[in-house]
Amino acid sequence: MNALSATLIFPLLGIIILALIGHRKSAKHVNLVICTSTFVAALLLAIEIFQQGPMLSGNKLFYIDGFNVYLILLNAFVGMTTAIFSGPYMEHEVAIGRVGDGRMRLYYSMYQGFLFTMLMALSTNNLGILWVSVEGATLATVLLVSLYRTHESIEAGWKYFIICGVGISQALFGTILVYFAAVRTIPIPEEGLLWTVLQKHAGQMDAGVLSLAFVFLLVGYGTKVGLVPLHNWLPDAHSEGPTPMSAILSGLLLNIALYAVVRFKMLVDPALGNHLAGNLMMGFGMLSFSVAGLLLHRQYDIKRMFSYSSIEHMGLMTFAFGIGGPLATFGALLHMIVHSLTKSAIFITVGQATHISGTQKMSQIRGLIRTQPFVGWGLLIGTCAIAGFPPFGVFTSEFLLFTATIKSYPWLAPPLVLGLSVAFAGLFRNLQPMVFGEPPLDQKPIVANMWPVFVHLVLVLWLGISIPTVLAQWLNQATIMLVGKGVL
Amino acid sequence: MLITALSLPEQVVLTLAALILLSSFLLLAQVRLDSLINIFALQGLLIFFATVLMAFISGKYHLLISAALTLLLKVFFIPGQLRLLVIRLDIRREVEVVGNPSLVMLFAAALVLFSYYVAMPIRELSLLSTRNTIAISLAVVLIGMLMVISRRKAVAQVVGFMSMENGLIFAAVVSTYGMPMVVELGIAFDVLVAVILFGVFFFHIRAEIGSLDTDRLNHLTEVEK
Repeated sequence: MNALSATLIFPLLGIIILALIGHRKSAKHVNLVICTSTFVAALLLAIEIFQQGPMLSGNKLFYIDGFNVYLILLNAFVGMTTAIFSGPYMEHEVAIGRVGDGRMRLYYSMYQGFLFTMLMALSTNNLGILWVSVEGATLATVLLVSLYRTHESIEAGWKYFIICGVGISQALFGTILVYFAAVRTIPIPEEGLLWTVLQKHAGQMDAGVLSLAFVFLLVGYGTKVGLVPLHNWLPDAHSEGPTPMSAILSGLLLNIALYAVVRFKMLVDPALGNHLAGNLMMGFGMLSFSVAGLLLHRQYDIKRMFSYSSIEHMGLMTFAFGIGGPLATFGALLHMIVHSLTKSAIFITVGQATHISGTQKMSQIRGLIRTQPFVGWGLLIGTCAIAGFPPFGVFTSEFLLFTATIKSYPWLAPPLVLGLSVAFAGLFRNLQPMVFGEPPLDQKPIVANMWPVFVHLVLVLWLGISIPTVLAQWLNQATIMLVGKGVL
Repeated sequence: MLITALSLPEQVVLTLAALILLSSFLLLAQVRLDSLINIFALQGLLIFFATVLMAFISGKYHLLISAALTLLLKVFFIPGQLRLLVIRLDIRREVEVVGNPSLVMLFAAALVLFSYYVAMPIRELSLLSTRNTIAISLAVVLIGMLMVISRRKAVAQVVGFMSMENGLIFAAVVSTYGMPMVVELGIAFDVLVAVILFGVFFFHIRAEIGSLDTDRLNHLTEVEK
């Protein structure tokens, strides 16, 4: 319990502290210290859950189980490693005059605000608070997307605000419908939004209302997941905001939105007794996966390209949760981790690469491996990992998912393979010249801290070779909660 | 079912629901910014009355808190803030050309029909006195969305966005006697922060493109320029 409060209180304090001192030289250290404390608290929380099983807080406001505990840990971890990268990166941005004091305060404060809202969304037991937190995450990041105040970044920020705001309103309507169905079936109507209560009575709720609710929830949270055709904001927001923001948007925020969809799916499935929710998710997932893979080929901006790769992977996960068997679900849960770790590592590397070449245009980024071998190798290995090469973790999860697809929907296996190879081609046609090409004459190495990338990629490699028992247990536990039986 | 078979307060709630829907249509058609903001405040006021009435019908007096929140935010703070911004940006008398208004209105009417169609299963289940209101609140949400899509001026888009929020609050009030208090407070906080951020954005957009015409925010495309 104490560990949980600490996990939430550190970033909350961080919002206030960094709003005051965010412009000082020491801010990056303070930011890192806060993020590290959050991570330690999350680690303690994880140990507690591992030893004692699911935990419901006294006021029933928070609930931690196998499904969200590892996401909390992942969130705190990526928040911490991105903070390591963000310090020197933002210093460079200040040095070249892109941001001033006031905006640095905003940046650091909202960095913590963003982490806080995401941790809140994950740990809460109240589906209404879940909505409030996800909307809060939009509000925290919207001014960060437009941080540079260029025409493009303001456009991206406005688009992000309006599209996600409108989208997430649909999710609130869905939540109201769930509450509407709940107050009729559960003994204490005031508890009608508590996940633990709803789950117990899921089978008795009205199927008609819940199926309607799920459509709204999928469209609403799906906007934030970046599902095609609601994905328009995502490449813009990722490409125009500061790179540390792109790393945590891509690695964490999309996961949270998907987490929300899956939580609701767990309520809707027993009430409906059919595969409607799963079919919807499979359809949206497959569409996103295929369209994003094709659009990868048309990109000119390196951050846009990798954000399309995020859409592709989110589509794949949505598809996997939609299939719904134990194997596919286990694969999807694992994919959430490995995608987060790999994608944030890639964005960190991309941040260094854009500082080396001074542009985000892929046609002008050349010869990274010769100018600065670590960055070049980082980008190459990271992209190999995200494209699903063995022995990295993405391969493992995609393999599980593929096996499950062949088992339950064999006719979907060919488009899946085709999509994966199209995406692979899209990534490598652009990557090859950036890493190996002839570097411009005046291109110089920069001071870059590649430790976060290294740690992330080693973890992804580790997960590809052998999943630690603790994690496998949690994933299995979550799989049992989701589909009724586990894989272990 | 005849409307006269209902009790008087219920009839009033239904009338209010109809008026709220009407105000949504007015918002959609209004081209002058200052009148737009006034109609938005009026919609908030109607929702406030409906909430108070529901509190007395159901005897759930915590709804009065939510009514007070609506009054403060939707009738006073947000319209006041928008008026202030409009004056400070000096666009009070600005008139916006809505592309093909009759088509937009027809589309909105179709949305109302669609909402009734979608809400069918819910209406049959409902034990509450107010049955049409879910369909109407969904229609208000969808018309707000249509407004965000069809308008070009940033202020009008924000009003559309906030009127979606109005529809949601109305849905919660009439279908479930409001949400749990902690959620209502959270939503109110989000709306409050959103309005402040929208204000910040107005100034940024104006500083960048010289007006609040979001059609001119068109630099980001898939192809390189």
